[in-house]
Amino acid sequence: MNLKRILARASDEVTPEKVYLSRREFMRGAGVVAGTVAASAVATSFGQDAGAAVDGLLGLGTTDEAPNTLEAITTYNNFYEFGYDKADPSRNSGDFMPLPWSVTVDGLADNTGEFAFEDLVSRFAIEQRIYRMRCVEAWSMVIPWNGFMLRDLVAMAAPQPEARYVAFTSVLRPEQMIGQRRGLLPFPYVEGLRLDEAMNPLVILATGLYDKPLYNANGAPIRLVVPWKYGFKGIKSIVRISFVAEEPPTTWNIMAPHEYGFYANVNPDVDHPRWSQGSERRIGEFRRRDTLPFNGYGELVADLYAGMDLVRNY
Amino acid sequence: MSSEAPGTTHRAAAGPDALRLVAKRNRRLSHLAVWFLSLVPALLLVFDFFTMRLGVNPIETITNRTGWWAMTMLVLTLAITPLRRLFGWHALVRYRRQVGLATFIYASLHLATYALLDLGLDLSHLGEDIVKRPFITVGFAGWLLLLALAITSTNGWIRRLGKRWATLHKAVYLVAGLALLHFFWSQKADRSRPLQFLALFVLVLGVRVGYAWLKRRRAAIRS
Repeated sequence: MNLKRILARASDEVTPEKVYLSRREFMRGAGVVAGTVAASAVATSFGQDAGAAVDGLLGLGTTDEAPNTLEAITTYNNFYEFGYDKADPSRNSGDFMPLPWSVTVDGLADNTGEFAFEDLVSRFAIEQRIYRMRCVEAWSMVIPWNGFMLRDLVAMAAPQPEARYVAFTSVLRPEQMIGQRRGLLPFPYVEGLRLDEAMNPLVILATGLYDKPLYNANGAPIRLVVPWKYGFKGIKSIVRISFVAEEPPTTWNIMAPHEYGFYANVNPDVDHPRWSQGSERRIGEFRRRDTLPFNGYGELVADLYAGMDLVRNY
Repeated sequence: MSSEAPGTTHRAAAGPDALRLVAKRNRRLSHLAVWFLSLVPALLLVFDFFTMRLGVNPIETITNRTGWWAMTMLVLTLAITPLRRLFGWHALVRYRRQVGLATFIYASLHLATYALLDLGLDLSHLGEDIVKRPFITVGFAGWLLLLALAITSTNGWIRRLGKRWATLHKAVYLVAGLALLHFFWSQKADRSRPLQFLALFVLVLGVRVGYAWLKRRRAAIRS
């Protein structure tokens, strides 16, 4: 189904009551931080869209494929802040303190500031999204995330017209993260999305997994999930979200520009220079399966890249 | 100094028949022990498989472990000459063929894991990978060379090839280079394991180079 059609239908079917309620909820949250009349006015105009969308988009893109086990998801993943090995994040993240936590929202937006993690969680509608996750290393999982749509946070921040990208920064705590002490990558890890990508309702800021708070190994307390892109776009333990005019630097692109691009959309037709992206091993399965364009979310996201050369913009 | 000088020949020739028989049996036992030792990592892998100790991506673990052991066996094969030069442990040369064959066995298990388990014997895919992926191309080339060395490792082939045998088996250094390249290129960011092997190869080759240099200098002084 086309995303525009889903959005259109959502706002058609929604009752005025619901719009009112969700907008009021949104306003209550925004009021805490907004402070000024001007900011409230901006929040109101965004609030209507966001509120309506929340109701129509609950559980959007959720797959009925069997999720991987909690054990697999929390003991097999990449998080170089804790080491190179895929067992390292679960092994080495015991000292990490995810709370208290706050996220700084800054840059080209009207409603910037430092937001406590608890505020964000209570402000936005937390829902479950069961997504496929395709790693650039050609393995995949199905993960039941809990989180809220990034578009809601963008709406709250009220970006200015010049803002065209969203830049994310991970936490820098070498004293708690052995991979940072060893300098395994240039830290802090940074990532980015185009603003219209960030507004796609599939994109969530995950705060939980299997209805539990995120484990340290998976990027506690708050991380990005962009299901149609390779896993490395899903920056973990986010401390800063900035609205910027130019395409922001991204860590893996800095590390190996010809291997990892800014877009990193899952694409079976564009191989990694050193290995095929045409198929993948779903963790827990024996036979490889074919990799789907946009990881199977093409109907909801392909419009974002209309007219773009996805071989050059890998 | 002759490079192939197993000390036992003298003892066996000098001693009575009974002693010779004991020595022969001991040698056979020692070869069995070397075979057993070199297969322990494979047995452990089988044990870990059946006791679910290979993690959530067992095929990846098997691929990595067989590859690591192939590299380790290759280092051990190449370490025998330096150990003889440095410590005079000439008896070790008797086991070099076995350790070399163990290298081939682990490299074959590594390749089989990739072709049979990972790709599910999708031969078109295998052919495409070998042609299109440089790290697989060099890995496969290294395995082909090992195959040639394994086939020609028998006494019959040593006799038949004569002097050319030693030349052919110098290809083991090429195998080491290809294997290192394969390991480096297969890594996303972590170079620590291939670097460890690079250091070991530099060490075992360094002793050879150093020894050759000393020998040449000594010869120059004498003349």
